[in-house]
Amino acid sequence: MRTKLSGFVTIGAVVTVLAGFAWAGEALKEPSLEQRVADLEAYVNNGSRLADVASKISGPGPGHNAWLMVCAALVLFMTLPGLALFYGGLVRRKNVLSVLAQCLGIAGLVTILWWAVGYSLVFGSGGSILGGLGYAFLNGVDSAPNPDYSAWVSQNVFSIYQMMFAIITPALIVGAVAERIKYAAVLTFVALWMFVVYFPLAHMVWGAEGLMNGVWNAHSKIKAIDFAGGTVVHMSSGWSALVLCLIVGKRLGLGKTTMAPHSMVLCMVGTSILWIGWYGFNAGSALAADAIASNAFVTTTLATAIASVTWAAIEWITRGKPSVLGLCSGVVAGLVTVTPACGFITATGAVAIGVFAGLIPFLACVKLKAMLGYDDALDTFGVHAVGGSLGSILTGFLATAKANPNLATNLGEIVGRTLWLHQLAAMAITIVLAVAGSAVIALLVKVTIGLRPNVEEETVGLDVVDHGEQGYILE
Amino acid sequence: MKKIEAIIKPFKLEDVKDALANAGVQGMTVIEVKGFGRQKGHTEIYRGSEYTVDFVPKLKIEIVLPDNVVESAIEAIVAAARTGKIGDGKIFVLPVEQALRIRTGECGDGAV
Repeated sequence: MRTKLSGFVTIGAVVTVLAGFAWAGEALKEPSLEQRVADLEAYVNNGSRLADVASKISGPGPGHNAWLMVCAALVLFMTLPGLALFYGGLVRRKNVLSVLAQCLGIAGLVTILWWAVGYSLVFGSGGSILGGLGYAFLNGVDSAPNPDYSAWVSQNVFSIYQMMFAIITPALIVGAVAERIKYAAVLTFVALWMFVVYFPLAHMVWGAEGLMNGVWNAHSKIKAIDFAGGTVVHMSSGWSALVLCLIVGKRLGLGKTTMAPHSMVLCMVGTSILWIGWYGFNAGSALAADAIASNAFVTTTLATAIASVTWAAIEWITRGKPSVLGLCSGVVAGLVTVTPACGFITATGAVAIGVFAGLIPFLACVKLKAMLGYDDALDTFGVHAVGGSLGSILTGFLATAKANPNLATNLGEIVGRTLWLHQLAAMAITIVLAVAGSAVIALLVKVTIGLRPNVEEETVGLDVVDHGEQGYILE
Repeated sequence: MKKIEAIIKPFKLEDVKDALANAGVQGMTVIEVKGFGRQKGHTEIYRGSEYTVDFVPKLKIEIVLPDNVVESAIEAIVAAARTGKIGDGKIFVLPVEQALRIRTGECGDGAV
């Protein structure tokens, strides 16, 4: 009895001391009932937490957090297997595995970089161009929200969600150089490219102190807006893809031998997965299950469907047949083009974007490529650079505070007036960074480990040469 | 004995088979083939890239028959396989020196 009692006393003392530390550390008052209701309302409205009282809600808000975890998985689903199948179906049979291996390899490589320093360089506090190393190795990134980005989503969930964007962006580039680049060259290029192009650009556009973060950084020099990655993801990958495919050169036998897609079925399956996953990408970029996410969900759907119909209709009129690849290309072009705009525009704006997204990338893929003769094998430039640029500038004209009240906070003066000029400035910085960065890295890889397989290897196919496997063993 | 080699459009196989059965033909060999004649191939377009597919899928039917039924078999094939459009196919008739049924050892007309 005596022992038990002393045990209780000891535990009691420890608890008291710990509680004392906690109170001493926070020194916050017990909230009144009204403050507790206000805290809950802030959760429901995705507003800021009350700062001056102790909250009864510990950790993240379950609804917003759940949505972001689902969205993170959806964005990964876009790359694996969405993009991998979309691209994989479009190459010849002998190279299908090389594309799948590139997507998988990039997913692993970027994850490691993101854990080490990537997240910190993009979302850690630093300068207006690049973040610091405070979050290196995800130090201090735990389940508590980081109010710089979301009051109600765990920072570790936020970090992994953003990592999925960092994975798909370099994976998009491989489409332009498919069927003719060494596996080691792809991975080396991507590893360097993340540091030179992606991390700085993502910080400038989405970092709390970013140079071009018009919505959230009141002190940003360029008041540009990019909801889900028109500049960061699509323009950066698309313009880099053009440079890389010019430096790598054309596929052997281009124009002489058939390079028709080996499976339009896989391509269509991949396209559909991309469309589904893109809801995590676009609607998820609201970083909450809120009204802005709802709107982005609708605008994404409308623009995509209309772009697909437009692209196929143009084919039907000009060639007599609507192709499955045309329908698929229209879907992706619509998704890309609406990406920077989706959380800032109304449904009507999305319809306008859909029409342009079906028309302009079509011309880029079919006319411009034939005219200039570059071998952008799977049209990464035609769809992502052209669609991303188109979407970024259209966002400048179509964004409205009616669709997104956050536009009234720091941008009330310029939305609907001079926003498009800021968009142009952000686009120019994106293009210069992507083109110059990619050119330097590509040349560096070329003179060190080399970019291309030799003629025999390219003829045999990269599946057997680089991976020792075949995609299909049909007996 | 004669051997008939008929190259037809794949979707006409059922009709041709039935017509030959009605004409009294008891067996046939069918092979999937690719080729082109005056019909030529077709063009496939993937985004901006155009590819000409020279070889069109066809079926080749091979039958060996006694001389007296060759004429009616050819008529049956022509009637069943014709669509009137380019690419309907061709029929070749070749002399056959000998035929032998492996199970019984029968030779000549009795073996086909």
